Amino acid sequence: MISSIGLEHYLILSSLIFSVGMFGLFMHRKNIITILMSIELMLLAVNINFVAFSSYSNDISGQVFSIIILTIAAAETAIGLAILLAHFRNSGSILISDINQMKG
Amino acid sequence: MVGLCAILLVFLPLISGVTNGLFCQYFSKKQASIISSVAIVTSSVLATFTFYNVGINKEIIHITLAEWLVIAGIKIHWAIYVDQLTSIMFIVVTWISAMVHIYSLGYMKDDSGFVRFLAFLSLFTFFMLALVSADNFLQLFFGWEGVGLCSYLLIGFWYQKKSATNAAIKAFLVNRVGDFAFILGIITIIVYFGTADFIEVFNKAESFSFVQLNCFGLRESVVDVVCFLLFLGCMGKSAQIGLHVWLPDAMEGPTPVSALIHAATMVTAGVFLVARCSYLFEYSTRVLQFIAIIGGVTCIFAASIAIVQSDIKKIIAYSTCSQLGYMFLACGVSAYNAAIFHLVTHAFFKALLFLSAGSVIHACHEQNIFKIGGLRDKMPITYCNFLIGSLALVGIYPLAGFYSKDAILELAYSTGGIGSIVFILGIIAAILTSIYSVKIILLVFHGKTRLNFDDFNRVHEAPRIMNAPLNLLVLGSLVSGMIGHYILALDKPNGYFRESIFNIHIYRILSKHPPLYIKLLPMMVGLVGIVLGIYLYKKIVTKIKIGKIENILVNKYYFDELYDVVIVKPLGTLSKVLDFIDQKIIDRFGPQGAVQIANYCGGAVGKSQTGYVFNYTLYIVLFLIICTNFFIINFFIN
Repeated sequence: MISSIGLEHYLILSSLIFSVGMFGLFMHRKNIITILMSIELMLLAVNINFVAFSSYSNDISGQVFSIIILTIAAAETAIGLAILLAHFRNSGSILISDINQMKG
Repeated sequence: MVGLCAILLVFLPLISGVTNGLFCQYFSKKQASIISSVAIVTSSVLATFTFYNVGINKEIIHITLAEWLVIAGIKIHWAIYVDQLTSIMFIVVTWISAMVHIYSLGYMKDDSGFVRFLAFLSLFTFFMLALVSADNFLQLFFGWEGVGLCSYLLIGFWYQKKSATNAAIKAFLVNRVGDFAFILGIITIIVYFGTADFIEVFNKAESFSFVQLNCFGLRESVVDVVCFLLFLGCMGKSAQIGLHVWLPDAMEGPTPVSALIHAATMVTAGVFLVARCSYLFEYSTRVLQFIAIIGGVTCIFAASIAIVQSDIKKIIAYSTCSQLGYMFLACGVSAYNAAIFHLVTHAFFKALLFLSAGSVIHACHEQNIFKIGGLRDKMPITYCNFLIGSLALVGIYPLAGFYSKDAILELAYSTGGIGSIVFILGIIAAILTSIYSVKIILLVFHGKTRLNFDDFNRVHEAPRIMNAPLNLLVLGSLVSGMIGHYILALDKPNGYFRESIFNIHIYRILSKHPPLYIKLLPMMVGLVGIVLGIYLYKKIVTKIKIGKIENILVNKYYFDELYDVVIVKPLGTLSKVLDFIDQKIIDRFGPQGAVQIANYCGGAVGKSQTGYVFNYTLYIVLFLIICTNFFIINFFIN
């Protein structure tokens, strides 16, 4: 039963999650926090890839990488939230539709 | 010492003109008038002194002031060259100009642009002095263009008046036509003679009269071509038939300006040039004949127009045109000395006539002579002045015009050939001259006044500052002819101008003595003209019948209309077409097209920059997908 779950299943799962994260990134047009969550989702999908490949190729370094990525993702989220907070103080809103100062 | 005088007298008007011009905001009218009149009067006194030294003691002054151009072996200098011809021009220019300056102090005293006006007058005088004191063609051209510029500024002095600005532009453009030929003439001289200095050019003139030049397929002698081109320039500046159209319109300027332009500066430049270049013109018989014909035709043509004009200044303007015709007629028969003699006497009586006319206009604010009349008792001094000026113009013994006009016609008669034809033209023009002179006097000063009662009561004699300079002009009109004839012998080819004017046939002229009746004929026809004029205008005031000929004359031979149809209108149409091509084709597809493409692309790219994060994300993802696909497709193809 377990042996019937192959590498493909992991890869499909991870690409599904990645797609969900990516679509969340540009389809969701309301809140920056959801964007951060989407980014997190994409990183996790990549992690699944790493772990899956590492276990199938009997190489521990993939799992080490995934731990590093988790750490960095945490740091990144912290920084993102900090920026968000600063932005909220400045503009009084975290709606994406209000952030278009770069409009050409 | 004399040299210093000459330099000073040329540059004093420049200094006063520039000072007044630059500081016209800060000077009061009084300060400005003191500066300019002191400068110009000093200049005239110095001119008299120079005349005494150069003209009478015959010491020619030649001072090189500075180097101007050195190109390919041709050296052009700023110089002051004073010989007999120049010194007599100095006298005329500075004294007439001084009188006009002083007169303007009265005439223009209520004008807001008074200081500017004085500055322009002084500059005008300077350019004319620079012109007559040139020792090469380029410096002469500098003065030539300078007087053109100043005439533009002065004719358009009342720039709020549309007609004045139009007249100024017209004067400038018509002069430009002549100046273009003049430039070509100078270029031809420099190319063939290798120098622009008068003395060197004149020394080479004889040898170059045999050198042929290919011009538009015709083989002409170099001197012929040069003289013809130079004379075209003179026609523009001296308002000969064809290029005379600017002169009557120049009456839009203030009256002192008209006096200055018509008497001392500007229009005399052409006659001066021909006289100065007598060494060239003498070797070009055909051009001389052309000059004689043009002069003769102009003098009769302008005089006939003057008869039917009704504006007092326009009549005098056409009279100037006609008298300039006399001068060129004289040049054409190699009587350059008589031309300059007439130039001098004409300067005095024409300035007198203009300034007196200015007094009339100043007093009754009316220029149409059919609406004035009866001013004799109100303005006795002006009447006297005008009368003397007119008699001098008509050529009544012993006033100035008698001697000079007589000299011209006598020399024309004794030349024979073409001279006889222009002699007849000159005699007819003399009759016409006296008719229009009588016309002005009768209609302005005699008879019952046609001004309305209030205006007529307000008419008064001109103030003293305006009448004082006229006295000197009266003196000039009275005695300049006698001085020229008896003391300086201006009218003899071997007299005063012996060194500065060249005449190849001098002995042929000297050997001829025309009969006495020829000498007296100009005055006789003048008297006939006066009688005729009195007969014509005594009662004509009420009934002006317009016949066919008169219609042509009133319309000035349709010259303006002709130019309008032949030149102005086609040029206007051509300009419109070119404008259309420029705007709609060249600009649209050239610079404008490039701008539009850049704008369009910029706009398109700019639209994609919405500023929203999700859009940018989409772009990144799309780009990644495209790249990945590219690699995948590449992979499968290989």
